[in-house]
Amino acid sequence: MTEMSGADMVVQALVDLGVDTVFGYPGGAVLPIYDALFKHPTIKHILVRHEQAATHAAEGYARSTGKPGVVLVTSGPGATNAVTGITDALLDSIPMVVLTGQVPTTLIGTDAFQECDTVGITRHCTKHNYLVMDPDRLGPILHEAFYIATHGRPGPVVIDIPKNVQVATGTYSIPNRIDHKSYRPQVDPDAEAIAAAIAMIAAAERPIFYTGGGVINAGPDASAALRQLVALTGAPVTSTLMGLGAFPADDDQWLGMLGMHGTYEANMAMNRADLIIAVGARFDDRVTGRLDAFSPDSKKIHIDIDRSSINKIVPVDLAVVGDAGRALDALIAAWADKGHKARDLGEWWRRIDGWRATRCLDFPEKKEDGAEIMPQRAVKALFDATRGMDPIITTEVGQHQMWAAQHFHFDSPNRWLTSGGLGTMGYGFPAAVGAQIAHPDRLVICIAGEASLQMNIQEMGTVSQYRLPVKIFILNNQWMGMVRQWQELTYESRYSNSYSDSLPDFVKLADAYGWTGLRIDTLGELADGIQTMLGTPGPVIVDCRVAQLANCFPMIPSGAAHTDMILQPNDIVGTMDDEAKALV
Amino acid sequence: MKITTEAGERHVLAVTVDNEAGILAKITGLFSARGYNIESLTVADISADHALSRITIVTSGPPAVIDQIIAQLDRLVPVHSVTDLADGGAHVEREIALVKVAGSGDKRIEALRMADVFRAKVVDTTLSSFIFEITGTSDKVDRFIALMRECGLVEVGRTGVVAIARGAEAV
Repeated sequence: MTEMSGADMVVQALVDLGVDTVFGYPGGAVLPIYDALFKHPTIKHILVRHEQAATHAAEGYARSTGKPGVVLVTSGPGATNAVTGITDALLDSIPMVVLTGQVPTTLIGTDAFQECDTVGITRHCTKHNYLVMDPDRLGPILHEAFYIATHGRPGPVVIDIPKNVQVATGTYSIPNRIDHKSYRPQVDPDAEAIAAAIAMIAAAERPIFYTGGGVINAGPDASAALRQLVALTGAPVTSTLMGLGAFPADDDQWLGMLGMHGTYEANMAMNRADLIIAVGARFDDRVTGRLDAFSPDSKKIHIDIDRSSINKIVPVDLAVVGDAGRALDALIAAWADKGHKARDLGEWWRRIDGWRATRCLDFPEKKEDGAEIMPQRAVKALFDATRGMDPIITTEVGQHQMWAAQHFHFDSPNRWLTSGGLGTMGYGFPAAVGAQIAHPDRLVICIAGEASLQMNIQEMGTVSQYRLPVKIFILNNQWMGMVRQWQELTYESRYSNSYSDSLPDFVKLADAYGWTGLRIDTLGELADGIQTMLGTPGPVIVDCRVAQLANCFPMIPSGAAHTDMILQPNDIVGTMDDEAKALV
Repeated sequence: MKITTEAGERHVLAVTVDNEAGILAKITGLFSARGYNIESLTVADISADHALSRITIVTSGPPAVIDQIIAQLDRLVPVHSVTDLADGGAHVEREIALVKVAGSGDKRIEALRMADVFRAKVVDTTLSSFIFEITGTSDKVDRFIALMRECGLVEVGRTGVVAIARGAEAV
């Protein structure tokens, strides 16, 4: 119990909570906190160039470490610029605490300079938010905010702090134990549900594990438990975009990602399965395709920490509410307890091998040195060149993101950082900054599209300032490729505003920021170009020119079932009806 | 292309929440953001220490939507409990309306006579008007107001529904 200013309390609480890094941007309404930070060298403040980038960097930090990301921004535009990243963190369940300055309590509601209703604006894009009107409440609220951000289903929490509350003095107190009066997420699964689940798994003839970001959020032990359970049962595994890395991609039981741009074998296996075991995944529309044709003959077990995810989109036969890791541990224990042995799933695997034989990720390409580079080839080359380096890969959003998901393979969690739920162009580069800050000695590569990258390209300055060795690998096809692909499939190739006109010279841009820039134009230059990037210390931007009109396949078209995948461009017939067009 | 919506059944939810600023906005915002119906909503502080409020929400939707509404409400940090009163068996519902009727002669007499039939109380009168207070289910209040329209109705204020489960147990 010590008397201190509100700003000092904020910094003291961050220290007490073990925060080592804050991503932020100063401004009038947070000057007292910035002054307190100045006196506290143990907390590293990373000065971004735009508040949106601070939130994505915090997400990159969080996703690559498992620790909450912390953001500090000013009132008004500082807070509104942060909203996209806050919403991104909500959709992808990323633990994050955002501190926003606010005009003094005496001016709230007067349309004061740089005033906005931050708690109002962020009410529905946060897991929880606070407006702190009394400095004595700062200690308890900060501690509670970190608890809420990291417990149960993780998410972003905003704390709005008026300037006079930062300046006023009060008593700093730390709650002995966070025992929230209403927020008590269930982390331990019910024993009966586990017993029922294990009986269903043991009896299944065509089971499949469908895993998601919840396994990553549950920590590395959950990924280890997933591997163990999958090995025990002998069942195949597929994963959502957010769950990549929880199960090793070189394992025989791995079917690849499922969903709209997932593999044929994963989607067919989901469709034909007699049991789906969903772990920390939420039956997103990008995963299910047409709902009335989604896995029609299966029983479904849904393990999720968020009760509201269960039965939200797909009705399930058995709900298991709890932390993915604890549920997987309980399933492993129950499997051993009951003395179950893996069934002979030979017939199921033979069918899966039949689907695998379509080699759905193959793509047509020319092999000569002067040929244009297929974007898939560029990702594969990058993957091959970085094997053994354990890189952290971030992506922007679009075709390049899907190609990266299909062709870059992960063996461990927390290496794959991408915006899945909100699909935020501009996420990948600042997320790479956050990941590199957290892991200064690791290889961090942002696989980008030339359009997405420009949404937060100002962060090149941040990278220069902190001498971060971030690598940006642009699959530059001079199109907003996914938009163009949909226009091709849905709007008879009327390419309305999807051409990336007036692109900067990325090599000169690199030079302007003190980076190394290089350009790769042909297949013959690809391997060497990647080696140059990897061998160059400091930040590098690679402008890799790829085939302009390549499309991302396989693809489940909008409104279609898992079984109606387009495998190759020549599978496309006819035009879409309005029902399909209306789907996102 | 036509946009269709699924018909639903009426449910009364009792929600206990922290009595803090912004909670009501959070709950109504959840309903509007996810496209759920609110037919009626009442809220008042209910605890001796002013720490808790009870919100009674009348909503409608197919069973899966109602289940989702309850799950979504339940995961909000300041929400302590959500009870579907239709689930727990019998419950009682009441609503109060204040109904102002103006007129003279036969219509005035008829209004007073019907108010008596409905057990509505006269809480204010002038030579040319009455204010009736009526308590009952929403149906009963609706019917009373419909009759008053024929007798010079000029203004209505309604509280919305409050409801509580029968029996000795609390939610």
